[in-house]
Amino acid sequence: MPCDMARRRTRIVIPSDPLAVRQALCALFERLLAGAMTADARDTAQIVLAEALNNIVEHAYAQAPGEIEVTIDVSPGGLTCRIMDAGLPLPGGGLPEGEAPALPAEGDLPEGGFGWHLIRALSEDLNYRREGERNFLSFRISAQQYPH
Amino acid sequence: MQLDCTQTPDLMIVHVREARIDAAGAIDFKDRMRDLVTAEGGRVLLDLSQVTFIDSSGLGAVVAVRKALGPERPLELAGLTPAVEKVFRLTRMDTVFTIRPALSDIAAGTQHAL
Repeated sequence: MPCDMARRRTRIVIPSDPLAVRQALCALFERLLAGAMTADARDTAQIVLAEALNNIVEHAYAQAPGEIEVTIDVSPGGLTCRIMDAGLPLPGGGLPEGEAPALPAEGDLPEGGFGWHLIRALSEDLNYRREGERNFLSFRISAQQYPH
Repeated sequence: MQLDCTQTPDLMIVHVREARIDAAGAIDFKDRMRDLVTAEGGRVLLDLSQVTFIDSSGLGAVVAVRKALGPERPLELAGLTPAVEKVFRLTRMDTVFTIRPALSDIAAGTQHAL
């Protein structure tokens, strides 16, 4: 896990496994990025990255496992994250709308469908493209967090 | 997934002794919670004060537990840390659950009575 402190670039490669995602997030946000951003910005970044990685594990690599490469650049303005995987493309070839699931008064509350809503609500400059057999997702988290 | 239980006559408090409820632990959390709450019919309060991170899978598991309890036993939450509070607020689940400010205020009088 190389981490060049001058450029503040961190690059990790993990297998498409929920435990590997957890370990990567812990390593990134409890150690490597500790002190690099405010606690609030770190929370925001961790939520967005977790949802993005979970989506890749669950959907892109639903049929066969593979690797996920995460590159994070930290600057005074915030954090830029690039994620690459070699799994299935996003359905429709583009980013989901990410509308928040409706919450009925009682009974049939949704247990999922929140991932893209959280990503869209918390990230900036969200971008997705398919190149060849690979998915590239990138987003920015501003160091200056506003109340959401 | 370690869950500890404090039982009072009218309230079961479940303390989550983990830092994360995430995709890697959501199913285990759901199963353990269902095992814990089936025996007894009172209110259930979930103490999340040690949970510093939850993702949408973890949130889904908490919702599933609420649904398993049924409308007569609303699941209450306490001790939400900032990242957990943020996920509940952005998904508007904070409007669905009864969220208590801090468990210490609620439980101070009940725990020693066991």
